[in-house]
Amino acid sequence: MAAVRLKDLAKMEDRLVAGHGMCLGCGIPIIFKVILRATEDPLIVTCATGCLEVCTTIFPRTAWNVTWIHSAFENAAATAAGIEAMYRALRNKGKIPRDKKIKILAIGGDGATYDIGLQALSGAVERGHDFVYVCYDNNVYANTGGQRSSATPLGASATTAPAGSTSPGKLQPRKDLTRIMAAHKIPYVAQASPNKWLDLYNKAKKAFEIEGPAFLNVLCPCPTEWKYEESQGIKLAQLANDTCVWPLYEVEKGQFKINYQPKQKLPVTEWLKSQGRFRHLFKEENAWMIDLIQEQVDRDWEELNKLAALK
Amino acid sequence: MKKETWRELTIGTINLNAGNSVVNLTGTWRSGRKPEFRPEHCIHCFFCWLYCPHFAIKVEGEKIAGINYDYCTGCGLCAEECPTKEKAIVMVPEEIKLAERRK
Repeated sequence: MAAVRLKDLAKMEDRLVAGHGMCLGCGIPIIFKVILRATEDPLIVTCATGCLEVCTTIFPRTAWNVTWIHSAFENAAATAAGIEAMYRALRNKGKIPRDKKIKILAIGGDGATYDIGLQALSGAVERGHDFVYVCYDNNVYANTGGQRSSATPLGASATTAPAGSTSPGKLQPRKDLTRIMAAHKIPYVAQASPNKWLDLYNKAKKAFEIEGPAFLNVLCPCPTEWKYEESQGIKLAQLANDTCVWPLYEVEKGQFKINYQPKQKLPVTEWLKSQGRFRHLFKEENAWMIDLIQEQVDRDWEELNKLAALK
Repeated sequence: MKKETWRELTIGTINLNAGNSVVNLTGTWRSGRKPEFRPEHCIHCFFCWLYCPHFAIKVEGEKIAGINYDYCTGCGLCAEECPTKEKAIVMVPEEIKLAERRK
């Protein structure tokens, strides 16, 4: 693969343009700035309800420079499956030339992907539709005011799992959706984050090129709900990689591969103390929670390394 | 900006003007600080372009050409991620003149 330079990516046309209403320091436009450049083919995008959808398509304006279709919260994957079936039918009838490639991209946040749209996503990938699904995972229903989702990590405070005198925040661990998608035995599943832009670009490119369903789970720093200073988003994503809270890996045809091994695995407290949503964990009575989080992160990382060692 | 009424809108909320959100100048809700570009320190690594959530970094060919204040919301990611020793983008306080911005 020829080396990709940011300078060359910058020369490509913006498929998502300025004037969208996302928050200061939001991670979503950064992620899609990279992903939307990973294919040069015409693109049809569908978004599930979520931050990206409502911020980019406030009627009568749109920030999308490509064909874009609205989906409800639960059915972005089903919409993409329908688009793909239509595309194949039109191609078979000769209404779209056979050599003309069109890529289909479905996008959802963690609420739309982990929770509400999981059934539609599971069905669409199991049926083998040729499309890419990208989940931008900001760990919370950020668009509606920070309710917990099944992507909210253990111990984080959310409006429907608030930390207080009787509760240390969310009591349940985060659902590991990337592994759930890998269990579908689809051609390509990957986990990425915006701080490693080249890794994200390569994964998106692979996802677009591979025939059949592909799934990307991308960590998305959210200053509003994670409660940190807006300029720190990319540093935080790096911290998530270095503490192994969000390891970067891909599963290609069943083979696990870790894409980033931290030089020195940092203690999870580095990650927790960087964000307001975890602040309560540093009270004396909640110390057990930090131990529990560290234990789970270590276990998951060890398990991932074992999976990657399997040939 | 004149708002369209239902008479002008397309039926079925179909939007035929792809990318027409560029009329929304997100710079009007800037945070009270703004980035200042110092070209003499710039190595044109394009990290600011990459990490700007509001597409506010001006590019000319293979060079960074400055900041588009029409869209910049002042989050500070560009300055934070600028890798040079003497930063090529520095955040400076900005007085908010609401009356002027509404124009």
